[in-house]
Amino acid sequence: MKILAIETATEACSAALVQDGDVIERYVVAPREHNRLILPMIEEVLAEAGVVRTQIDAVAFGRGPGSFTGLRIAAGVTQGIAYGLDCPVLPVSTLAALAFQSFEEAAGEGVYACLDARMGEIYGALFRRGQAGVPDLIGDEAVLAPERVEAAGIMVRLGVGSGWVTYRGVLSERLKTVVEVLEDHFPRAAYIGRLGARDFAAGRCVSAGEAIPVYLRDQVARKPRTQARE
Amino acid sequence: MQSNTSFRVLGIETSCDETGLAVFDSRYGLLAHALHSQVQLHADYGGVVPELASRDHIRKLLPLLREVLSAAGLGRSDLDGVAYTAGPGLVGALLAGAAAGRALAWALDVPALAVHHMEGHLLAPLLEADRPEFPFLCLLVSGGHTQLIDVAGIGRYGILGESLDDAAGEAFDKVAKMLGLGYPGGPAVAALAERGMPGRFRFPRPMTDRPGLDFSFSGLKTHVLQVLAAHPDNADVRADVAAEFQAAVVETLLVKCRRALRETGLQRLVVSGGVSANRAMRSALRVLSEEEGVRVYFPRLEFCTDNGAMIAYAGCQRLLAGQAEPLRIAAYPRWPLDTLAPL
Repeated sequence: MKILAIETATEACSAALVQDGDVIERYVVAPREHNRLILPMIEEVLAEAGVVRTQIDAVAFGRGPGSFTGLRIAAGVTQGIAYGLDCPVLPVSTLAALAFQSFEEAAGEGVYACLDARMGEIYGALFRRGQAGVPDLIGDEAVLAPERVEAAGIMVRLGVGSGWVTYRGVLSERLKTVVEVLEDHFPRAAYIGRLGARDFAAGRCVSAGEAIPVYLRDQVARKPRTQARE
Repeated sequence: MQSNTSFRVLGIETSCDETGLAVFDSRYGLLAHALHSQVQLHADYGGVVPELASRDHIRKLLPLLREVLSAAGLGRSDLDGVAYTAGPGLVGALLAGAAAGRALAWALDVPALAVHHMEGHLLAPLLEADRPEFPFLCLLVSGGHTQLIDVAGIGRYGILGESLDDAAGEAFDKVAKMLGLGYPGGPAVAALAERGMPGRFRFPRPMTDRPGLDFSFSGLKTHVLQVLAAHPDNADVRADVAAEFQAAVVETLLVKCRRALRETGLQRLVVSGGVSANRAMRSALRVLSEEEGVRVYFPRLEFCTDNGAMIAYAGCQRLLAGQAEPLRIAAYPRWPLDTLAPL
């Protein structure tokens, strides 16, 4: 099983090839350069793995939340590759990828993963450590003010993601049980690919055309008021 | 430019508010094209909302791709190249089509080409059976551009004149708003103008009284505002304003076209871009071409506005000439037409 993974939702840009247990990854932090970097990075991981493009079984991508443009680069690249290779797609949550990474690097049963969503809000979700350290989502992923974050009855020991950089004070206040914060972490293709591989094994695939971002923030424009006319 | 073997190129257009896909075959011409217009999506906002446009492109690309391949009777492996609009346009919208197009080319292991949107428009009349030979004079009129171009061949473009402020199509959209008409404004103003009387009000023909081939349409808006403020708001006034505004734009374009034809001695006039669908302008330019003894060419109406066919065509010509893009997703919101490589 060979899963190609792509992640461009934040300032970080990464590509990975997940082959059974092995992961080969390229990862850089390079704001606004994803469009220039991502395809050569994909070629690099394939070359290092000795895999040719037609051997790819499925494409996993960071489906969001994250930067709107970044999500569309990942979705567009995924659509093009999956359609071109006639293979299925595995949409993976960027917050779940962050949570997965935090469970590998630190102890604790619960994590609050969040990304700075600007405009005084974060994209966030709570995860519980599941089997083999795979994160199980508690409740829903949401775009919300950090003041509204709640622990939802589980012991949250960990925090991860850029939301913790911007809102450390408020979030620590809301989640008093957190003892360790991994704030310099971005979602990475290695974890997107490993979560995608589990979905692939479970048959949770979609078609190329269904590689669509999950933005969470859907109120992006205001309609002008209809003028009252006599 | 047709050859004996087929070279089939997929064209992808997502620079603004239309998602267009098409397949052009170097031997058999245009095989299929499909378009999704977002006009309804943006109408409630009074103009294009870039983020909504980008979101819609990424949803519509694959369904339209399947549609054109199926209509052309082709499988994905029959494609010999992928051309996508890389600019100018809205950067988020461009990136959606560019990411999918460039990645598709990589997956199929075929060359990709980043197409200049205005080159697509400029070459659109070459999709027709009765098509112009090079060289020709091109009047490019759209919501974003108003240019007179000396076209010696593909990629050999001399800008003779252009708008110093608003594009002609932009002026139509803004005047539509002043007249309480919806978006997009061009067709709405043109329809209202049909019912009005040009000449009741008198608007200037900007920059026609001095030499040169540049345009300026922003002053016309001020005149429209002044006339509307000085008269009672009723249907007759609005129709007469629309008629005179359209007459002023058309006559201004006409004067500059005539001047450009005489200065260059070119024998063919090509008119393209969204505003080239305007009926009043088409008939005025037909008259001009007879008076000047030149031939005038328009794209078919559906290829006046943004479409994938013109991108597939332009991309096909450049790919056949051996040009190709490196492995990167190209998106250039600003991209001067006269910096393109000649064929």
